[in-house]
Amino acid sequence: MELAFYLGGLTAVLATLGVIANPNPVHAVLYLVVSLLAVAMVFFALGAPFAGTLEIIVYAGAIMVLFVFVVMMLNLGQAAAEQEREWLKARTWLGPSLLAAVLFLTLVSLLWRGDGQSVITGGGLTAKGAGTLLYGPWLLLVELGALLLLAALVTASHVGRLSPVAAPSPAPRDMPTNRKGKGATQPSADVEGQPQPADTDTPKEDS
Amino acid sequence: MNGVAMEHGLVLAAVLFALGLGGLMFRRNMIFVLMSLEVMLNAAGLAFIVAGTGWEQPEGQVMFLLVITLAAAEASVGLALLIQLYHRFKTLNLDVASRMRG
Repeated sequence: MELAFYLGGLTAVLATLGVIANPNPVHAVLYLVVSLLAVAMVFFALGAPFAGTLEIIVYAGAIMVLFVFVVMMLNLGQAAAEQEREWLKARTWLGPSLLAAVLFLTLVSLLWRGDGQSVITGGGLTAKGAGTLLYGPWLLLVELGALLLLAALVTASHVGRLSPVAAPSPAPRDMPTNRKGKGATQPSADVEGQPQPADTDTPKEDS
Repeated sequence: MNGVAMEHGLVLAAVLFALGLGGLMFRRNMIFVLMSLEVMLNAAGLAFIVAGTGWEQPEGQVMFLLVITLAAAEASVGLALLIQLYHRFKTLNLDVASRMRG
């Protein structure tokens, strides 16, 4: 059990290093799946099989499939990997990482100076205990979680719609209000549409 | 000694959290920022599990369930924002979107 814990922890740390130091998004997503599976192994070793199963199903299954799907949909290709490799120069991340390492070493030293009495023996905390607790005193938090998921669903479907930008012609919305303004703004939007697609929004929304 | 000291589990959670924080700080691609956020949330859930099993209380798993719910909500909204960013700017660099224009 200790071997599973330490090997799982080592695998998780190495795979997370692979996530944050990888220029290719697809490889980083695969490293992240490995990292989450290693953390699930740590959960099993600690004696929390319910949490480990949830980690595999929800995190490594559902959320990571979402990430892989978005990366496939965007079709980033080799240019994005080259750009990332350009940003991965050591002088870019050395300063913030050193500052974060100072905070991290402080935290580790504070943890190591504890009394060290508490030992996890891997005794099973089953799903039944978590379930009775979840639907007993923590029922309000279950309701809040359901509301949070509903709000995330509504927000994602509202933000993720592509109609104002993906549709190239804003004609049906602008036509009844001012016909002359549309004729003035539309060629300029076409001219500077390719180099700066962001600026084509402002005349549309002002009119 | 039979068993894992609780500090080791907490140190593992701290290592994962620090790695996620470093990735959040030095990457500019929005996919990597979202993945670093997932790593940090996962480390927080690991800390909850370690504390819950160390004290033999199932509350840690309840909190881990809520953390997973939060991570799912955050991932869906973040990926929707990412798709919108890519369609507006044709890039995933977060520096081009550092100004809000009303």
